[in-house]
Amino acid sequence: MEDERETLAQIRGLVKHFPIMRGSIIKREVGQIRAVDGVSFDLYRGETLGLVGETGSGKTTVGRTMLRLYEATGGKVIFDGVDLMSLKGRELDQIRRRISMIFQDPLASLNPRMTIGSIVGEPLLVHKVGNKKQRRARVGQLLEQVGLNPHFVNRYPHEFSGGQQQRIGIARALALNPDLIICDEPISSLDVSIQAQIVNLLERLQNELGLTYLFIAHDLSMVRHISDRIAVMYLGKIVELADRDSIYSNPLHPYTQALMSAVPIPDPDLQDTRQRIILEGDVPSPANPPEGCNFHTRCPAVRLDHCPQAEPELRELRPGHWVACHYAEDYL
Amino acid sequence: MKELLRIEDLQTRFYTRDGVVHAVNGVSYSIDEGEILGVVGESGCGKSVHALSILRLIPDPPGRIESGEVWFDGKDLLTVSDEEIRRVRGGQLAMVFQDPMSSLNPAMTVGFQIVEALRLHLDMTERQAKERTTELLTTVGIPDAKNRLDDYPHQFSGGMRQRVMIAMGLSCNPKLLIADEPTTALDVTIQAQIVDLIKRLQAELGMAVIWITHDLGVVADLAEKVNVMYAGYIVEHGNVRDVFKRTRHPYTIGLLGSLPRLDEDPGTELSAIPGFPPDLIDLKPGCPFAARCPHAIEQCWNETPRLEPTETKRHTVACWRWEEIAQGVA
Repeated sequence: MEDERETLAQIRGLVKHFPIMRGSIIKREVGQIRAVDGVSFDLYRGETLGLVGETGSGKTTVGRTMLRLYEATGGKVIFDGVDLMSLKGRELDQIRRRISMIFQDPLASLNPRMTIGSIVGEPLLVHKVGNKKQRRARVGQLLEQVGLNPHFVNRYPHEFSGGQQQRIGIARALALNPDLIICDEPISSLDVSIQAQIVNLLERLQNELGLTYLFIAHDLSMVRHISDRIAVMYLGKIVELADRDSIYSNPLHPYTQALMSAVPIPDPDLQDTRQRIILEGDVPSPANPPEGCNFHTRCPAVRLDHCPQAEPELRELRPGHWVACHYAEDYL
Repeated sequence: MKELLRIEDLQTRFYTRDGVVHAVNGVSYSIDEGEILGVVGESGCGKSVHALSILRLIPDPPGRIESGEVWFDGKDLLTVSDEEIRRVRGGQLAMVFQDPMSSLNPAMTVGFQIVEALRLHLDMTERQAKERTTELLTTVGIPDAKNRLDDYPHQFSGGMRQRVMIAMGLSCNPKLLIADEPTTALDVTIQAQIVDLIKRLQAELGMAVIWITHDLGVVADLAEKVNVMYAGYIVEHGNVRDVFKRTRHPYTIGLLGSLPRLDEDPGTELSAIPGFPPDLIDLKPGCPFAARCPHAIEQCWNETPRLEPTETKRHTVACWRWEEIAQGVA
């Protein structure tokens, strides 16, 4: 099955550490936040890969480092055969046209002093696409594509509701006909009834334009809805990666199991009968992650003679189902 | 069960430069002792404002409670003296807010903030209050509570801060705890811990809880009854099982349809509700949901529906066409 799909991007051993600085005049590095600590996965053309995890798991940093909004500490991002990490100047610009991003907070990611026409048209201007008239026509077309009235071009972001603002962000992301869109929690700041509108829009655009999505989120039910495959992150590492159905019907990592059992289902009957795994404690600090398996401090199935000492590899236990747990076979 | 709180026709408005915001438009309901009521709705539906109105915490101006009665413990909280309401707040009736960082004083230790409430309301000595605080923090699951009394809020994680807030709410053995989106800012695994904690405390202490949230899943998990709010109105009210399983209001039906569920087949298109909630400044007469409702008829635009009982009698709905919709003929 793997071979039939065309690989669009390969992420290999991606690492991003942020220095922790101390001192007011003479700054010195006193430690590192290990936000992303060796992440590898493939993105297939036309798929949606859901990247889930809790606060501080490094999911957003993965997205930003891939686009080189942050410079990676290590690792490779091979996009369509080219390593993005080694590119400079014009070559990097060329590739960046093909990857765009949708942000979590729509209002914060739109310049309040620009009309939505110039916001959506800005990528075209920056990359010198077409002349003024062509650009204007393209902006109108983009607005229509995301379900906004093209007559709104001269309005400002604050005149729109949250859902409409996110549509503007999506129109901007589509402007250069990208292959890949990194969606960084695009719906988590929206109301429930509006979330569904945006998700339906993203799915429709994917079908029409053959887009590939990296969908970063913490809402597991929405991720399941939209994704073909899902990667679960914990403290800067991928702990499980598999097809949607396989990960939901048979999660092999104790963290994934706990995460899924913690998601409330809007059905009182089911809630009463469900087995819930309640994790104890908080996520440890990424500045000082636990040794060995980084989940061992909260794992309900921890074996103290092994887990705190040895770091588990991400292993393929079933075709396409990868998991980083020493004892994942127990759940097969 | 004995009735604990009864709200009658509560109306709250805000007089702003842009116009009058009709935030809460005649809300009435009651809650029994030891009961958990979920209040769900989207941003701007009046769920938080109605809770703040119960405690008279609406800033005036611009806000004003226009009318209504809030009966608690034999008194109408809207007419008692300022001194009296201060005794009720944090005492018999406690509130936990969404963002624990902004509702805890960053310049005071956590221990001091709880001790202060205890000394004020329960007239305890410093030593008694400290012991009780340690006990409370242990109850809500803060490890090594004794040694954390002298820590400041920023030294706690988000989940731990929310526990501190809950401990503070519980400090004076309230009969009713109002929790306004207490888990919205938290991760699901931490949310599960807090929901579990509230269930345990309710069972042990027998307190009633009003849990305000936009998450229908949490309500299904935690609450016995639910109010669904839209544009300052309660549009559906009842037993959780009735509201979720025999949903009658088109808005509630739409909300449930907008949610992908972990236990359903993925890949089907979500039935989103078109449009967005009405502007509360020029709220027109008629059903507030008419503009987004697939079943709206002439009457819906002109007359505001009132809550009326459905066939089970345990469940009320404010919709002109609920019977036709239930029978599938609308």
